Amino acid sequence: MELGLSDEDLGFRDEVRDFIKKTFTNEMRKKLSLSKNGHVEKGLHVEWQNALYKKGWIAPNWPKEHGGAGFSATQKYVFETEMAREGAPRTVPFGLSMVAPVIMEFGTDEQKEKFLPDILSTKVWWCQGYSEPGSGSDLASLQCKAEDKGDYYLVNGTKIWTTMAQYADWIFCLVRTTKTEKPQQGISFILIDMSSKGIEVRPLITLEQTPDPHHEVNQVFFEDVRVPKENLIGEENKGWTYAKYLLEFERGNAYSPGLYRAVNNLREIAKDTPTGYGRNLIDDNDFINKLNECEIQIQAMEFVELRIFSALSAGERVGPESSILKCRGTEIQQLLQELSVEAISHWSIPFIEDTFANVNEPSIGPDYALTITPNYFNGRKTTIYAGSNEIQRNIISKAVLGL
Amino acid sequence: MDFSFSEEQTLLRNTIQSFIQDNYDFDKRTEIVKSEEGMKIKNWKLFSDLGLLGLPFSEDDGGLGFGPIELMIVVEEFGKGLVVEPYIQTIVTCGGFLKRASEKQRSKYIPKIISGEDIWAFAYAEPQGRYNLNDLTTKASKEGDNYILNGYKCVVSAAPWSKKLIVSARTSGDQRDEEGISLFILDKDSSGISLRDYPTVDGSRASEIILEDVKVSSENLIGEEGKASELIEQVVDESIAAVCAEAIGAMSVLNETTVEYCKTRKQFGQPIGKFQVLQHRMVDMFMQYEQSVSMTYMVNLKLHEEYSERRKAASGAKVQICKAAKFIGQSAIQLHGGMGMTDELNVGHYFKRLSMIENLFGNIDHHLKKYASTA
Ligand SMILES: Cc1cc2nc3c(=O)[nH]c(=O)nc-3n(C[C@H](O)[C@H](O)[C@H](O)COP(=O)(O)OP(=O)(O)OC[C@H]3O[C@@H](n4cnc5c(N)ncnc54)[C@H](O)[C@@H]3O)c2cc1C
Repeated sequence: MELGLSDEDLGFRDEVRDFIKKTFTNEMRKKLSLSKNGHVEKGLHVEWQNALYKKGWIAPNWPKEHGGAGFSATQKYVFETEMAREGAPRTVPFGLSMVAPVIMEFGTDEQKEKFLPDILSTKVWWCQGYSEPGSGSDLASLQCKAEDKGDYYLVNGTKIWTTMAQYADWIFCLVRTTKTEKPQQGISFILIDMSSKGIEVRPLITLEQTPDPHHEVNQVFFEDVRVPKENLIGEENKGWTYAKYLLEFERGNAYSPGLYRAVNNLREIAKDTPTGYGRNLIDDNDFINKLNECEIQIQAMEFVELRIFSALSAGERVGPESSILKCRGTEIQQLLQELSVEAISHWSIPFIEDTFANVNEPSIGPDYALTITPNYFNGRKTTIYAGSNEIQRNIISKAVLGL
Repeated sequence: MDFSFSEEQTLLRNTIQSFIQDNYDFDKRTEIVKSEEGMKIKNWKLFSDLGLLGLPFSEDDGGLGFGPIELMIVVEEFGKGLVVEPYIQTIVTCGGFLKRASEKQRSKYIPKIISGEDIWAFAYAEPQGRYNLNDLTTKASKEGDNYILNGYKCVVSAAPWSKKLIVSARTSGDQRDEEGISLFILDKDSSGISLRDYPTVDGSRASEIILEDVKVSSENLIGEEGKASELIEQVVDESIAAVCAEAIGAMSVLNETTVEYCKTRKQFGQPIGKFQVLQHRMVDMFMQYEQSVSMTYMVNLKLHEEYSERRKAASGAKVQICKAAKFIGQSAIQLHGGMGMTDELNVGHYFKRLSMIENLFGNIDHHLKKYASTA
């Protein structure tokens, strides 16, 4: 057991740092700091991803043959850590880390040729059409249906909570192609062009009230949408298997670097915040104990991440253990958001609807306070989406503990 | 010992409940919050017609002479409707000061509150002061028969709607001294006052207030010069007791809504309320609520007690309310899944109000410290 990085890895780390310094502009930093939900305008995401693409780093998890970065396992970890430490934008996952792996594994050669290069270059924006009003945690009960009409499918139904569908050119969907006894069996995985006739995207405003067009989620309606058969992935009625494969691919995210960053930011805020009793919050034991406890929890998680990462690099399979990361990562993040609101006390109260449009007005209270409360409100999502934390605990209990 | 409500009190509760039913369903509230004004004057006038604006004032002052329990009932029901009209700010807080003001001041100001003509706001907080009511850099210096006020007050709740402000300022002593604090009644349109009005995350309105050489007649000093600290603490304790009542109103709606949702929302072929982990969560929400109700009764029954008894009651109640507000608000969203995240559903709005109540007049850490330092 040992912790350090080799000289070669240290050299790589410097290269990443150098890239971030040059590419992650002040304007981008500013825009991100103004976001109430973690997202920024489409153009900025595209600009950032283009820079990564040019550098060859856009897809650390793709195999080299498809244009992946060709990182070693350690490099991957270093790369992710450095990006998160600087608060650089995450690449939008829907194309790069969700649909692409499925296309690579189960798609035809034509599909690979048609879709993968545009995902790599962010020419095409993807969104994920899984959840429906009646099917969230119980995804397999989904109803949106695709009827076989010879050379096309006729799609009718709706998808909900579709993140950034307002920007999307394509959506990958789980649809029902057959009514079967076991709901998982009649589901297919299809790709739909968002400019098809019969698709409507309606914004859903979340509780922090980020207005259109910067809002996070949408409901997508499909009315007699014709989808060419060539857009089916793999075999009809096997979609559930592909979706499960995708889930496995998603695992192994590192939360700790971003969380350390949040702790450090909060420390800075605490230095700047008077207690009303002649000191600053940084000298207030009650507050600092809570902050330190968060940091210790992050460290505990960091070392879980490292253990998982080390197992992965040794070629071991990592399964449900990574549900630990989802639960703890999101819960610690929420704790930090809570503490941030607590730190800024009065300045948590003012409401600004459009923080991006507001740049020319002096903010009420310190600038850093502007988006703290909205992010606390919006941050409640993290324990709900991507498999709610209740569902994650069910997975650990069943698959790890055998209960 | 008797924890039951009198017939009159029950009647009062029913009155507010039917007001909420008729005038304050979620859509109507949303309309009010999104309106230019941000509140509804017609509602305020209706409160006056119903006698609510005169509740705590003595009969001599034209009021009904009721105590904290009646206020608690009103505010709790308002909490269920997330009422934004500034009842606590005007009636409980500013009313609390005015009740104890000179006869001349009482007869000048209270009637216009009772009639619904004037809304008031209490401008106390300053950026450097956090929750310490005595940490003041706003200064008032005496010049002949007047005081000249200079300073900055932040996040003054209900100020955009107010005609009058009660402002705490230092007339002597050092920045955090208990001695040397005075209270002044100000016309909001006095020269030298400038306001920046804005909405708040919980659907209300507030202002940043700058005071530059604002001239106030010494007739508008409440109580003795330099001796206001104790009074402020007392009125803030009374306001805390009211805020606790508002909170339990909001919590009760969240709990009911969540239980109802979990009974009807189906996943995996059954209502999600059948999952034991959610059941236990809702039981914990319920227990937190019941303890909050108890602490709210407790503090409202102890407001007339001697200093340390009252102080500890207020801090104790606020600690429980803050804890429960957080747990119930967050859990309600979690159990609603994606629906809980939407602006269209009322759940998020209750959560946001409860989150702001956590911070109002001091958070848990603040009140634990006050509790510890009260002998
Ligand atoms: C901001 C945001 C972005 C999203 N983006 C996307 C997207 O891009 N694409 C997409 O397809 N979906 C997206 N989702 C949807 C997300 O995946 C679902 O919200 C999630 O699966 C939960 O489903 P639900 O909202 O229907 O809640 P429900 O499944 O109804 O759950 C309600 C509550 O019941 C609990 N529960 C459910 N089943 C069990 C059980 N068996 N045991 C114990 N507790 C249980 C849940 O944990 C939750 O607390 C997004 C959601 C949000 C909030």
